[in-house]
Amino acid sequence: MSNPGLADVYLDNNATTQCDPKVVEVMMPYFTEQFGNPSSLHSFGNKVGFALKKARKSVQDLLGAEHDSEVVFTSCGTESDSTAIMSALKAQPERREIITTTVEHPAVLNLCDYLATEGYTIHKLEVDGQGRLDLAKYEALLSDKVAVVSVMWANNETGTIFPVVEMAEMADKAGVMFHTDAVQAVGKIPMNLQDTKIHMLSLSGHKLHAPKGVGVLYLKRGTRFRPLLRGGHQERGRRAGTENVTSIIGLGVACDLAQENMEHENTAVKAMRDRLQEGILAAVPNSFATGDVDNRLPNTANIAFEYIEGEAILLLMNKMGIAASSGSACTSGSLEPSHVMKAMGIPYTAAHGTVRFSLSRYNTMEEVERVIEAVPPIVAQLRKLSPYWGENGPVENPEQAFAPVYA
Amino acid sequence: MWDYSEKVKEHFYNPKNAGALADSNAVGDVGSISCGDALRLSLKVEPETEIILDAGFQTFGCGSAIASSSALTEMVKGKTLDEALEISNQDIADFLDGLPPEKMHCSVMGREALQAAVADYRGEEWVDDHEEGALVCKCFAIDEVMIRDTIKANNLSTVADVTNFTKAGGGCSSCHESIEYILEDELKARGETFAPAGVSIAAAAPTSTPQQPLVSIDTRSSAPAEAAPGAGLYARIKKIEQVLDDIRPALRADGGDVELMDVEGKNIYVNLVGACSGCQMAAMTVGGIQQKLIEALGEFVKVIPVEKKPAAVQMGGAQ
Repeated sequence: MSNPGLADVYLDNNATTQCDPKVVEVMMPYFTEQFGNPSSLHSFGNKVGFALKKARKSVQDLLGAEHDSEVVFTSCGTESDSTAIMSALKAQPERREIITTTVEHPAVLNLCDYLATEGYTIHKLEVDGQGRLDLAKYEALLSDKVAVVSVMWANNETGTIFPVVEMAEMADKAGVMFHTDAVQAVGKIPMNLQDTKIHMLSLSGHKLHAPKGVGVLYLKRGTRFRPLLRGGHQERGRRAGTENVTSIIGLGVACDLAQENMEHENTAVKAMRDRLQEGILAAVPNSFATGDVDNRLPNTANIAFEYIEGEAILLLMNKMGIAASSGSACTSGSLEPSHVMKAMGIPYTAAHGTVRFSLSRYNTMEEVERVIEAVPPIVAQLRKLSPYWGENGPVENPEQAFAPVYA
Repeated sequence: MWDYSEKVKEHFYNPKNAGALADSNAVGDVGSISCGDALRLSLKVEPETEIILDAGFQTFGCGSAIASSSALTEMVKGKTLDEALEISNQDIADFLDGLPPEKMHCSVMGREALQAAVADYRGEEWVDDHEEGALVCKCFAIDEVMIRDTIKANNLSTVADVTNFTKAGGGCSSCHESIEYILEDELKARGETFAPAGVSIAAAAPTSTPQQPLVSIDTRSSAPAEAAPGAGLYARIKKIEQVLDDIRPALRADGGDVELMDVEGKNIYVNLVGACSGCQMAAMTVGGIQQKLIEALGEFVKVIPVEKKPAAVQMGGAQ
């Protein structure tokens, strides 16, 4: 951004990814000459219909779904989440409970909070200091009153992976529908849904180098379903509304590429992530990685810098041409620091200073080294301003030495 | 990313007076729960004159918290303690060429640190009387605590009431759902049921008579809401005229003027004359007048410029 001669380093791939140029290339004709409506009988529509079919197959392959008709295209991950949860409630009106976790994405959490005001009982599974679930507690909650379990595959902030395959087995055994928000996991974690008891799964195109505005709800054959949008016959009547054809076709290509790069993601990208974390933690005192570091997405490192605030870190990094994101309250304008950090019991003075670095296959080791060099002086600069920080380290008993009157 | 002004960025990237003063004789420590910001302000005060000779800050906080702290230290230097206490949070925000609504509390924190430091110097105990909650109305930077307190104090029961008393919901109206939930909650607490008014909230007549001062983000300007709707058209028009009179000298200095043409519910029709009419800045002027009127009346109003055709205005054809 303001670092002449050097390209910006983008380490915010859990927020969104760059659309792969190959994806864009395949999409282009569908904006112009291939403009037909896939539902039309004539050749304009017909060709587009075949392209959609191909895209559906690509998604099916990446997910390891048994049938291509289990793939329902939607507008985004949030729509997929809402469709899944609302469908489970509508199809089983006698079941009035939902099991989820305290660390879900707002797409699930805010919907559940809203449903609580409508009289549904929401069970939010808590996590430990590393962001892990207690499966015994989960099992105890499963009953014939529960309409659906909705648990994310991997956490967007820390990358922590939940044992959803096992949890789905448990739910299925208890006769309970299981949904997983897998927007961060698809393309990074190999999956074969036909061998699992996962009934519904959400994915989002723009998290895996497809464009924004397209998502998928995987719906295992035989799962009772009620559409969120009713109308035309698109998606076999399960999601009415003319298909976002170009983006769906782009998503198909992105899924093919994700399949090809799965190994790279788990070796080369992982190596860059590990180097980044190790380099920063070695150079910055009073910093630590959050989440379940031995069981997380290969591209994500969430680092807490104690006694400083995340937005200030991001602004200074941005000035150096480095893009990341933070769990601080300030970055969202909300009242609390990240609900994920809070759920893990990360202390206040560290939770506000968490920075999420999320890589992709477009990053290079040179970029990683640049970030390792840039971060320590930024942290030092802000700590110099912090009332919790002395000459060479945190002041003694920081919480007592500076105990402001909180308004 | 936030839309920070150049001034905010300047004070964030190169903060002035960073660090604690070694020889300070007044210290104020305050924090703001939202954003988790906290600020320690240290001042060096000359005992004879009570003039602030130097100021320093230490801040745990975001970009605008650091910028607000830096701005505050620049503003207070050379002032007496009493003069410094005149600085409002709005003054701090203005000094920085404005802050995003979500960040206004950073300026509030600055003002409170100043009060705390002065109290410390004078050996008084500073008690904070301002509680902050989640931001509900982004147009006017009104938080949940303020809305709840105002509902309680004035026995409010509709969204329109809340807008009239706090301004919250008077802009884009996206926060009306949140305000309804708060009302539902507060009404339940006093044993009533929230009965929302059909389709349009704006059309709903206020059900309570304003008695309390209008709550304002700027704690200095607690003007009574004597001209809220329902309080009499005459008083309301008088108030509007008063605001226009205050603005007039500035317009005349540029060779223009403004005239009140008609008042119709929330719509206030004005005629911009002279250099103002047709001027490229006309839209900005109208916006400024509208803002001043909203502040003075304590309700959301719309200022609509019209040509001087009184007959047309009377027929209601001004739009």
